[in-house]
Amino acid sequence: MTKLVGVKENLLFDYACRLGDDSLILGQRLSEWCGHAPMLEVDLSLANVGLDLIGQATHFLALAGEAEGKGRDADALAFRRDVLDFRNCLLVEQPNGDFAQTIARQFLFSNWQELLFRELGTSTNLAIAAIAQKAVKEVAYHARLANEWMVRLGDGTAESHARLASGLDWMWRFSDELFEVDAAIEPLIASGVACDIRKLRPEWDGIVARVLRDATLDLPKPRRATVGGRSGHHSEHLGHLLTEMQFLQRAYPDAKW
Amino acid sequence: MYTTELKDKNQAPQSAAVVEDPARLEAFEARVAADDFIEPKDWMPEAYRKTLVRQISQHAHSEIVGMLPEGNWITRAPNLRRKAILLAKVQDEGGHGLYLYAAAETLGTSREEMIDALHSGRAKYSTIFNYPTLTWADIGAIGWLVDGAAIMNQVPLQRTSYGPYARAMVRICKEESFHQRQGYEIMTALAAGTDAQKRMAQDALNRWWWPSIMMFGPPDENSPNTAQSIRWRIKRETNDELRQKFIDVTVPQAEAIGLTVPDPDLTWNEARGSYDYGAIDWDEFYAVVRGEGPVAKERMQARVKAWEEGAWVREAAAAHAAKHQAREAAE
Repeated sequence: MTKLVGVKENLLFDYACRLGDDSLILGQRLSEWCGHAPMLEVDLSLANVGLDLIGQATHFLALAGEAEGKGRDADALAFRRDVLDFRNCLLVEQPNGDFAQTIARQFLFSNWQELLFRELGTSTNLAIAAIAQKAVKEVAYHARLANEWMVRLGDGTAESHARLASGLDWMWRFSDELFEVDAAIEPLIASGVACDIRKLRPEWDGIVARVLRDATLDLPKPRRATVGGRSGHHSEHLGHLLTEMQFLQRAYPDAKW
Repeated sequence: MYTTELKDKNQAPQSAAVVEDPARLEAFEARVAADDFIEPKDWMPEAYRKTLVRQISQHAHSEIVGMLPEGNWITRAPNLRRKAILLAKVQDEGGHGLYLYAAAETLGTSREEMIDALHSGRAKYSTIFNYPTLTWADIGAIGWLVDGAAIMNQVPLQRTSYGPYARAMVRICKEESFHQRQGYEIMTALAAGTDAQKRMAQDALNRWWWPSIMMFGPPDENSPNTAQSIRWRIKRETNDELRQKFIDVTVPQAEAIGLTVPDPDLTWNEARGSYDYGAIDWDEFYAVVRGEGPVAKERMQARVKAWEEGAWVREAAAAHAAKHQAREAAE
């Protein structure tokens, strides 16, 4: 993307894909729980979060399609791209694992997304600002739900504590990527379209530390970050997720649904 | 999603072992006959309570098990709109399960007991969910036919005599009519689509038609509890009346989108102002009631797995709540 600096639409396309793909892929993951959660109330909550995320994805990907100007709509972007063109962070594509692993992922992500959307509410791109202003309310609920479950599971039984520690250990290596800024974003930060996510790190660190303390969990040790999602270099999991999600559109390319 | 009384043919009829106080019974019968609502703290005959617990819990179980066949397609829904609608719909079914368990709990049976009865095979759920969802068109067929049948059954239950059940049904019915429309809309799109889509749509109708009309339960002459349930306003119309209503509404809908109902004997009867329909294969129905539906094992396996694998989560939530309470008490 560096060569495209100055071609604002393409940077906007890329940025809107990042925002939309994060929500889409996590929404897809959460929808895998539907009908299989540990209790009915949890089933309903996870579906709610998934629905919000799919709604956000629909808006951001529609915006991406407009920015691109090649006639692709949100569905074309969601269902007709392959791994290399997806721009979501690696965290959201991680497998659900057990409920603790799902909660650890949601905890790291939703607290981050809430800060991000709070800032994007004042984006100079009015479409992004409008989506973020609506979505930040939804995400505040997602973060609260995840934080509450972190504490319940961390400070519940010995088994739930151990499972949550292991879920967090799985997800932790993907958290640095959330705060990564690359050449494709710098110009958007300069023009006030994107927010400088690096500045939000201390606030996020503070939230994470507080919730982990309440959950009686240790902060995971620093380690080398695993990155690549923003440039299309994903984990092995994404390809399988897309295979399932995109099956009908791939098998029946001429059909309308 | 749906309920009717499901019992094995061989199961004993309702026990009349409890002898009720004739004066109270008479007063109760009079209230019900006057279309009064019976509330949880009101006196009620034991047989009424038992029938309701069975019916409401079967209904709740049907909602929960019913999440599985449709849930099977959420991750593969063909576009973002369909995915969001389907996820919302399946979530609604879960919500219905929740209100219904809560309504049944007001009769003195806990949710855990009801779930245990489901998992151990003592409790029934609607036979329809023991058929597989093979293609996307099955999601259309379920919304259109299964939820359509559910509406027929449930609209009268909004006036059922037990207050908590009737109120749960009011909310449920509103959502079911949205479900039915989304299902029909899926079928309409498929029936107007490519040859492959038309084939999917017709195949789904072929597979779901007969199980859907069986959802109304056995014919009236083989439905021993119907008279009692109608007198108690637990049921308001007979199985055959509801089945006929459903067929009369649904056949023109199939015709409107160019699909063929898989019943060669189906003909309009001018004199009755209704459709005559072919013989229903009740052996098939009773086999599914016995638990021999094609995917009955898969459905129960999925429910039991979710419940057992979630045990540590429920224990953790309870342990945390207890700790929290103890800390508050200490402060």
